[in-house]
Amino acid sequence: MSILLSNISKNFGTFAALDHINLEIPEGELVALLGPSGCGKTTLLRIIAGLESADQGRVLISGQDRTDHDVSQRGIGFVFQHYALFRHMTVFENVAFGLRVKPRRDRPSNDVITKKVHALLELVQLDWLHDRYPDQLSGGQRQRIALARALAVEPAVLLLDEPFGALDASVRKDLRQWLRNLHHDLNVTSIFVTHDQEEAMEVASQVVVLNHGRIEQQGSPSDIYDHPANAFVSRFIGQTNIFDMEDQDTDWLQTAGLSTAHQKGKIVHVRPHDIVIEKSSANSDAFVTLKDWQHLGALIRIELVKTGANGPAASVYAEMPNDQFKRLHLNKGDKVDLRIRHAHWFH
Amino acid sequence: MSAVTQPMNPAKLVARQQLALQDADWVRWSLIAIAVSFIGLFICLPLGLVIVKALSKGVEAYWAALSEPDTLAAIRLTLLTALITVPLNTVFGVAAAWAITRFEFKGKSLLTTLIDLPFSVSPVISGLIFVLLFGAEGWFGDWLIAHDVKIIFAASGIILATVFITFPFVARQLIPLMQEMGSQEEEAALSLGASGWKTFCAVTLPNIKWALLYGVLLCNARAMGEFGAVSVVSGHIRGLTNTLPLHVEVNYNEYNIVGAFAGASILAGLAVVTLVLKTVLEWQQAKR
Amino acid sequence: MSRSSIMPGFRPTIGFTLIYLSLIVLIPLSTLVFQSFQLNWDDYVHIITNKRVLSSFRVSFSTALVAALIAGFFGFIVAWVLVRYSFFGKQFFHALIDFPFALPTAVAGIVLATIFQPSGFLGKLLIDTFGVQVAFKPLGIVMALIFISIPFVVRTVEPVLLEFETSMEEAASSLGATRWQVFSKVIFPNVLPALLTGFALAFARGVGEYGSVIFIAGNIPYVSEIVPLLIVTKLEQFDIEGATAIALTMLVISFVLLLLINLLQFWVRKRSGQL
Repeated sequence: MSILLSNISKNFGTFAALDHINLEIPEGELVALLGPSGCGKTTLLRIIAGLESADQGRVLISGQDRTDHDVSQRGIGFVFQHYALFRHMTVFENVAFGLRVKPRRDRPSNDVITKKVHALLELVQLDWLHDRYPDQLSGGQRQRIALARALAVEPAVLLLDEPFGALDASVRKDLRQWLRNLHHDLNVTSIFVTHDQEEAMEVASQVVVLNHGRIEQQGSPSDIYDHPANAFVSRFIGQTNIFDMEDQDTDWLQTAGLSTAHQKGKIVHVRPHDIVIEKSSANSDAFVTLKDWQHLGALIRIELVKTGANGPAASVYAEMPNDQFKRLHLNKGDKVDLRIRHAHWFH
Repeated sequence: MSAVTQPMNPAKLVARQQLALQDADWVRWSLIAIAVSFIGLFICLPLGLVIVKALSKGVEAYWAALSEPDTLAAIRLTLLTALITVPLNTVFGVAAAWAITRFEFKGKSLLTTLIDLPFSVSPVISGLIFVLLFGAEGWFGDWLIAHDVKIIFAASGIILATVFITFPFVARQLIPLMQEMGSQEEEAALSLGASGWKTFCAVTLPNIKWALLYGVLLCNARAMGEFGAVSVVSGHIRGLTNTLPLHVEVNYNEYNIVGAFAGASILAGLAVVTLVLKTVLEWQQAKR
Repeated sequence: MSRSSIMPGFRPTIGFTLIYLSLIVLIPLSTLVFQSFQLNWDDYVHIITNKRVLSSFRVSFSTALVAALIAGFFGFIVAWVLVRYSFFGKQFFHALIDFPFALPTAVAGIVLATIFQPSGFLGKLLIDTFGVQVAFKPLGIVMALIFISIPFVVRTVEPVLLEFETSMEEAASSLGATRWQVFSKVIFPNVLPALLTGFALAFARGVGEYGSVIFIAGNIPYVSEIVPLLIVTKLEQFDIEGATAIALTMLVISFVLLLLINLLQFWVRKRSGQL
């Protein structure tokens, strides 16, 4: 089901947590709300869920205004950051809860509930844990039980608050893939909150970048990476070299192939992999020295320093595939030429 | 008894005010009304009554009742009892907490349970056991009479019974705290060359001081206010073996209402001071 | 005894602890047991099955039970209100909860007796409007025991309510539960063990309570005479055997109660998967 947020604002005292948010999420998407802590992403998720009320604005789910519906009437499934499993109930009873609290006329029979719960537990591959208590489960298992519990009421929308935040790095990796596949199979409109850009890019089909209670950009992961709308998004998504054209001597950047002819701002962002380096000839007048490098698996991250008479020193980072770097036969202290293939201009 | 004597962080009550899911207004206000009237009926009313009754015949009668020699003797005995009981049980509490929380040994949980024992014994029985030991017909009765030593119907019996009743208070406060703290800081001090005593004074004591004071406070309140156990061993000899609570009882039974409530007002004042200090200490512990 | 520790002071502290514990608690308490060995079984049964003794046990346990139930109900509401709502004077009320614990029992006793006696402030009101006399009846004992029990219930329930995760409630709500269902199916089951513990503590204390009860009870044999008072009466009549027999019976019952409390706490931890 689609979600439409119109003009949502929320203040905590004098602090504006959300500032006139307008957002449309088409049916079936898996959306990441991405932003630094305190940007309002969790508040937005809780407003969609009805766990918190907005000061103004409307929440529409599949075209129907649900702003004044209580959380229990809103038809959403919510997965909490620390799972919030009922610790006095077994895994089975946790998942069955949403079905058991339905009004008598809508409540399925016990047989139906049993079947459905087991089906859900099989979906999350944890049926063998059905009679355990939450405290006896690992973090990853709790996470999946929380998901099964939220899915039991067949929500129109699935909302997840930092779904991988409390997990070990290795478990997190597996669960991301798993969530993506699950979403592919179920195709329920889902929104999750994260502060980890890598996670957002890897899992989501749509990413919404938030900062200071405003939406900075919305788009597919590749959109956002390749065409950042502003300096904040560019900096927040992936690594970038930042050059301020006002206090930087720009000659060396022009030499490196940065076209200043149709410059659109004062700040230039260059992704590390958009910088190509070559060993300079011995008598070159290049200003850039290779300082150090680190292995990042398949890639090499190269630390360069621009020294020299014209302008202050600057650090530049470049990335290139391992084998390509080896072929260059570079040593620390070597002078290098660089070439900038692509840059983003911002004001 | 555990729950009552454990400090609770009052800051948490303040912090926890905004809940996402509020109860309906009528539910909230009726529950608040029930709770407040319940507290008002069972707590505020008795507190107010002590003051009203004590001053019912005027301030002068109140002072006269307080300055009566028997009342003064009762106050003196009560203070003496607390003065002996509290330090004894404090030293014990610290020693027991140190042994239990800093070492592993067999029977540790049994020892912890035994320390709590006096809390689960009726005050009257607490008095009775000392009568059985030291009374005229008791185990040491003949020996005590032969040597002209008086314990039952004397101050020493009152002090003994009070020590028994207030036995667990300090240990009770320190054991959970020191358990939670662990011994890393002390080990660090020892590894830096501090002596055992120095380590205790410079590292342990500053960490446990609020809990220790809390335990001392509760121990003192009970020591000064104990009635049942003391009543059994005292013999109610006016001016000699009456503590303040016993003096209140005697006056009340003799229909000396102003005298009874004058004594009661001092004890109620003690309770109020205890509550105030308790709250202060809870805030201090919460800060830590 | 001590295992692997560089910590000093084990011998003196454990030595002092054991000696002090033995002198103050263990030896005196054991005299009760040894003293009762001097009684033969028939004498013991004769003392305990005496009508007056039996009815005092009935009075003590029934009043303690009723008082603990009432205190449990209202104490839960008080704890709930103190933790979950904000209102003027909340901190003040929070501090007052421990008043019955800090107030010497004799003072509590004369105050409650004064309030509830037929000529007293509330006693008169209750007789005039409902025709109910509180003082010198089992009802008076119940009143005194409710007063004593309040902090036990409130102070065991309060921390559990305070630590209760609000997200669990939100989860239940998001799954479609009504407010009442959230309370009855999620909150209450999590608080119940603490409430039971508070109830048991209150009950155990109520059975042994003396000072706050004797003034309001009137101590009428077969009607409002409690066990602790009967022990004192026997002692005053120099009936050491009778006092010992009754005291030992009561002590055993108290320990059984204590054991039940511990089992209860064990069960709590097991239920929440902490064992």
